[in-house]
Amino acid sequence: MTATAWTNVSPRDAEKYEEKEFGFWLYLMSDAIIFSLLFATYLIMVGNAAGGPTGKELFSLERAAGETALLLFSSTTFGLAAVALSSAERSKVLLWLAITFALGAGFIFLEIGEFRGMIAEGAGPDRSGFLSSFFTLVGTHGLHVSVGLLWIAVMIGQVLFKGLTAPVASRLMRLGLFWHFLDIIWVVIFSVVYLPGLL
Amino acid sequence: MDIIFGRLTIDSLPFYSLIAASGAGVTVLGALSVVAVITYFGAWRLVLFDWISSIDHKKIGIMYIMVALVMLMRGFIDAAMMRSQQAIAFNSDGYLPPSHFDQIFTSHGTIMIFFMAMPFLSGLINLIMPQQIGSRDVAFPFMNAISLWLTTAGAGLVLVSLVIGKFSTAGWTGYPPYSGSEFTPGVGVDYWLWAVLISGIGSTMTGINFLVTIIKCRAPGMTMFRLPLFTWTVFVTAILMVFAFPSLTVACGMLVLDRTVGMHFFTNGMGGNMMNYINLFWLWGHPEVYILILPAFGVFSEVVAVFSQKRLFGYISLVLATMAIGFLSFTVWLHHFFTMGSSARVNSFFGTMTTIIAVPTGVKVFDWLFTMYRGRIIFKPPMLFTLGFLVTFTIGGLSGVLLAMPPVDYLMHNTTFLVAHFHNVIIPGVLFGYIAGYMFWFPKAFGFKLNEKWGTWSFWCWIIGFYLAFMPLYVLGFLGMPRRMEHYDIAAWQPHLIVAAIGAFIIFLGIVCMAVQLVVSIRDRNEALDLTGDPWNGRSLEWATSSPTAAYNFAVLPQVQSIDAWWDMKQRGVAYKRPDAYEDITLPKNTFISAVIGGAGFVFGFAMIWYIWWLAILCLAVIAGAVIVRASDDDSDYVIPASEVKAIEDARFAQLAKAPKNEMADDPGFAGQPVAEGSA
Repeated sequence: MTATAWTNVSPRDAEKYEEKEFGFWLYLMSDAIIFSLLFATYLIMVGNAAGGPTGKELFSLERAAGETALLLFSSTTFGLAAVALSSAERSKVLLWLAITFALGAGFIFLEIGEFRGMIAEGAGPDRSGFLSSFFTLVGTHGLHVSVGLLWIAVMIGQVLFKGLTAPVASRLMRLGLFWHFLDIIWVVIFSVVYLPGLL
Repeated sequence: MDIIFGRLTIDSLPFYSLIAASGAGVTVLGALSVVAVITYFGAWRLVLFDWISSIDHKKIGIMYIMVALVMLMRGFIDAAMMRSQQAIAFNSDGYLPPSHFDQIFTSHGTIMIFFMAMPFLSGLINLIMPQQIGSRDVAFPFMNAISLWLTTAGAGLVLVSLVIGKFSTAGWTGYPPYSGSEFTPGVGVDYWLWAVLISGIGSTMTGINFLVTIIKCRAPGMTMFRLPLFTWTVFVTAILMVFAFPSLTVACGMLVLDRTVGMHFFTNGMGGNMMNYINLFWLWGHPEVYILILPAFGVFSEVVAVFSQKRLFGYISLVLATMAIGFLSFTVWLHHFFTMGSSARVNSFFGTMTTIIAVPTGVKVFDWLFTMYRGRIIFKPPMLFTLGFLVTFTIGGLSGVLLAMPPVDYLMHNTTFLVAHFHNVIIPGVLFGYIAGYMFWFPKAFGFKLNEKWGTWSFWCWIIGFYLAFMPLYVLGFLGMPRRMEHYDIAAWQPHLIVAAIGAFIIFLGIVCMAVQLVVSIRDRNEALDLTGDPWNGRSLEWATSSPTAAYNFAVLPQVQSIDAWWDMKQRGVAYKRPDAYEDITLPKNTFISAVIGGAGFVFGFAMIWYIWWLAILCLAVIAGAVIVRASDDDSDYVIPASEVKAIEDARFAQLAKAPKNEMADDPGFAGQPVAEGSA
């Protein structure tokens, strides 16, 4: 950490931010358990298509690759926002956060399109056990990304109106943990759901 | 379906049955009388600004325990109705129709686990743990209040189900496919699901909060291996909460999706897999057993040392046993469904693990016994409950080891033998522990002791009632009586069921004694004032604070040098030493945002149960808005100036000077000196 306005915090506040960050890691661990149970459920239900369509017929490698690219790039841009934060460059932080938001929104746009297309084909979540677990797993991730987008929007507002104060910086660090965590989950979704489904 | 009211209609009110209507009436009257009492005493300002908006861990703890005691009443009424129905229902229908009886056993289990035991343990931990580690609050006071109000929201949903609509008939475990919409349409299972989901989210946050508190907020010198044993058990319980509750969230979330949007996770057909629910549920359910019982073990460890006037025997072995139980609790869940078709190999693995988990528990029992050995045992109510626990819990544990053998389980599962077993561990193990904790720490919360005579009466009613109510169920299990029977035609069962009903009545007297104890103690509080903050000649740091504890707990953070930190400070003569100077103390401000989030959570659950979609969306928006408002508030603390701290502490020292000698310090005995560190 370089010496900037927001690193100049009292020991008590520094302790508080550390506690919050540690608590947030614990939250991510319990969220990771939710996802691992959803993955386990998907894996035991992937064969339960009940005579309906399977992943091979439904998934599109192009779309999944596009979603992956968007989300991975958004993780990079968030990283650049964190770099700008550490050198306290406010306008750069805002720029990279805005780009991250746009990439994340693009991901959600593609995902909603995928879901709508599947439902229109009669392959909605009520078609089979396989599709229930698919929609729930991927949808839970999408819901997390949407919450992350709301969070990014709020943080853009805070950076605009409060500046890079210590509490704002500490929130941005936790948002970063959340955003990269979702990226990792997506990588697992891509490898466990889409690739085996298509290959 | 109506767009405004969803599936809520006027027919949802319980005018179809006299018993259901009177249950609803009692609930509504109870709520109205609380409102009336607060209004009569003109206490709305106090209730709103000192309590509901409070994020002080001690007040949150007290509110949790109040929720727990109210729900204990409700859960007990359910139990009494079941016992009386079964006592008379030989070759007759009794007074409860089957669908109503099914709701009662479901709500009894749900309430006792989720809305009596969970809030009780969260309350005791909130009240005591931060003081034991020498901290001024938990790590996240605001989130703590959200947890409280989400738990209360869940409890509120269960209570509302008495008045509007019906509760689940699927048992407290809610197994599909019966709990799916194909076989159980209506709102009952949805009430159960949303109550459990909403309070479960609160419990997950509680776990995170306690864990960070214990790891990050300990006083100087309070190393992990100097933590009081209660705090150690809380530590392991918190880990279990963080890791186990997600499983409940996933299981119940999937069942909600099945019921609400027609998915096929657990349906009979269309690719559903109902065994997956049972695995997910017990993957939470077995650790949950230890989430409940470990803090109670912690209470017993504190009580047994204080009331034997002796250091706890085998501190390290108790810590290791607690950790071992925490780890093993994730390896035994399948013993809840040995008969559901796993191979003999899988069953024998889980049977073996289940037997192994009894070993660390046995270690603990011996540690408590050795703590009493050559100690100066003082038979006050918390100690009586501890002794009752030791004997009774061991019997329950042994019947558990029997059930751990899959071949035996094939014979006994789903009989009243199982019911007897888990009540035989959970009532003495969990509830006696919490009651002991309630009587032990009551003076810390309110500044006066509870009446000992009525506490003793309560203990004897509880323990005698317990044996009468549950030992016959072991016999009935051997006679082949299935659990959850609304009526039966086997004459040999009835005498046992009558004895069990008498036992339930004696337990009821035990609850009455607790209520009388509370009333009498409040009336005579001036004769039992705790002026020192250390009424039992205690050993851990919560007895270093005043009773009731000041908002900041410790004016100056204590310097810990040993296990049994407070006892050690008393030995070294630094216990009541006045500090040279005081400093400003920063504490979080009160806020209504946490209560707003809990209230919105309650309405959200109600809306989801009745398919009132617009209201559900509105509530989510309110919750999101509340979180954003709070997250944008960088000025959520206030400062108590050093002069005010000094004034409060001066008053305390003046009171200390007047205090009579501790009644427990007068007890003669050679065991008062702690054993040298390392030799235990």
